Amino acid sequence: MSTELVSETVAPPPPPLITIKPRRSWLPASPRELWTFRELTLRFAARDVTLRYRQTALGAIWVILVPLLGAGILTFVFGGVADLPGPPGMPYFVFTLAGMVAWTTFSQVTNRSSSSLVGNAGLVGKVYFPRLLLPISTVLSTLVDAVVSLALLIVLLLISGIRPGLGVITFPVWFMLVVFLALGIGLIAGALMVRYRDIAYILPVAIQFLLFASPVAYTLASVPENTRWLYQLNPLTGLLEGMRWSLIGTERPSAWVAFYATAFAVFTLATGIMIFSRMERQFADVI
Amino acid sequence: MSSDIAIRVEGLGKAYSIRHQHNDHVTLAQVALEKAKHPLRRSEREDFWALRDVSFEVKQGEVLGVIGRNGAGKSTLLKLLTRITGPSEGQIDLWGRVGSLLEVGTGFHPELTGRENVYLNGSILGMSRKEIDRQFDAIVDFAGVEKFLDTPVKRYSSGMYVRLAFAVAAHLETEILLVDEVLAVGDQEFQKKCLGKMHDVAVDGRTVLFVSHQIASITQLCDRVIVLDSGGITFGGPVLVAAEAYNASMRSAPAMAERRTTGPLRIDDIDIDPGPVSADAPKICRFSVVPISDFPVPYFVSAHVIDQRGVVIAQCDSRLVGLWLDPTAPQGVTLTLRQPWLLPGEYRVDLFVCSSGVIDSVEGAGHFTVGPSIPYPGGGIDEALATSLVLPDFGYTAEEAPAVSSSVAKPC
Repeated sequence: MSTELVSETVAPPPPPLITIKPRRSWLPASPRELWTFRELTLRFAARDVTLRYRQTALGAIWVILVPLLGAGILTFVFGGVADLPGPPGMPYFVFTLAGMVAWTTFSQVTNRSSSSLVGNAGLVGKVYFPRLLLPISTVLSTLVDAVVSLALLIVLLLISGIRPGLGVITFPVWFMLVVFLALGIGLIAGALMVRYRDIAYILPVAIQFLLFASPVAYTLASVPENTRWLYQLNPLTGLLEGMRWSLIGTERPSAWVAFYATAFAVFTLATGIMIFSRMERQFADVI
Repeated sequence: MSSDIAIRVEGLGKAYSIRHQHNDHVTLAQVALEKAKHPLRRSEREDFWALRDVSFEVKQGEVLGVIGRNGAGKSTLLKLLTRITGPSEGQIDLWGRVGSLLEVGTGFHPELTGRENVYLNGSILGMSRKEIDRQFDAIVDFAGVEKFLDTPVKRYSSGMYVRLAFAVAAHLETEILLVDEVLAVGDQEFQKKCLGKMHDVAVDGRTVLFVSHQIASITQLCDRVIVLDSGGITFGGPVLVAAEAYNASMRSAPAMAERRTTGPLRIDDIDIDPGPVSADAPKICRFSVVPISDFPVPYFVSAHVIDQRGVVIAQCDSRLVGLWLDPTAPQGVTLTLRQPWLLPGEYRVDLFVCSSGVIDSVEGAGHFTVGPSIPYPGGGIDEALATSLVLPDFGYTAEEAPAVSSSVAKPC
């Protein structure tokens, strides 16, 4: 454009593509940006899945073996040694495997998302991408395990002739809520872990405690009446009962319990995103 | 006019907070304990401004050089431009995607194969799948690892590893590219290839921010230069003027800034000829030491000559030549370095005064350039000079030996 032109005809400069300013906000910088980085999110997830079974003799067979072994142990301990009553008319193993679908999703998403920042410290300190990608990608990589466990469960249901009721259509909702709760906790723990590595020690202990404090391998019916209210304060109780109702048609959680668990999960995720966004900008400086 | 701007930086600053308590509270328990003990006291913090009040603009297609000593704020500036960390004040506007050749091999995973790593690393650096597909052959070709694409990179030699890593980064196609010269990696031959690639990028019409310690490569590549010192821009302008400003800043301010004095004896009046001096000429360094009446023992001095890579190539310790100095009298010291001959390039001199420990040290007391000519009758044959640290003063004699008879040569 020639400079002889009168100034009014000169087009205003286009707005910058990217503007970087100091910000301390409780909201994620740009949700749209997350979408533009979707390819990287998938690649992180794919890397995690590939690495998990690389240089193992059995390879992908572990995806099937791990939930079977897990459910087997719980069945042996709770159904066998402790001899707790399962739901009527159902093998104890089917019952624990259904519980395991929810539980493993919860514990894996919490564990992996919380350690995803520190575990990728090299990347966080040296390359830019929305930091939320790392925890989110762990959810995707955990989906693989969840789908395999589900497939196993479906096979078992077909063999044993158990039919889930109409509640099965609510399964995706329960699953999503479990992921919300787990990701929310993972985001808070992950953001704190960047500065305080203590979290890496506290969290596994807390999760192990939750495994026994939640009705994963036993029914709520086997819990004494007078302590049952305590169980219902645990949001996982509602989510586990809900997911099991949708999968194998056990007793439906009461509306109150379901509502409480839903609200808790959504609230945890929102809090997680806020705390994470607030601390995101400092990650590279302290990691 | 303003629509052809690629980067605009205004009043940019980055502060790191430094804690002043002797034990940092790094665990939650410690923080909680401290809060419980002193609920009202806020931990004493001081802001350290790694970068402050920095403003500049880069036009589309311009190659801007950024030079400065270590700690001048170069890496902080790059980290802010690449959004690795956020600024404390000011603003950056970017008209285009930013790619960076700052750190090679970030995100490379040893267990993944070469092919998998190219895709992963490419995505991390901001390339789309399509872009990587298109560039894949060029990347592999540049790195020269065709045969090992499906081998996990943990089985690569370190040379192959960095070559592949650099190759991915070098094939970024962003509108704006940040390049750090220390990135030239690998063996001599590959380093040349890296530098060549950087030159290609620079003349390619893309907007480039080229960071370097070496004024020489900046002069070749850049249109304009900014000089960073202690977190601020001390100069911005055409290359040749910048070179002088940079050399001046290297000579004066930093000498005092990086001074560590633990005792009363002080180095003063440093005089080092900045050159260029020819490789085989004696290099002379003069300085004086301010006397002190109550220093009990004689002391010695030392000078380190350091090349551009930071290698100390000569430690001229006065004890070796039997020089001990009297602390009560003013001393004018002259060091003459006759051997070894030095390779052409820039050198830094650090000075030390010591007795039982270091009493005064001046890092970067002076700089000198050695000159482009080579003191050998054969002239400068690049290959013949490629691996020397210094230039030895050597000679060969050869006598034609009598021909070896065939009966001896044969094994019996």
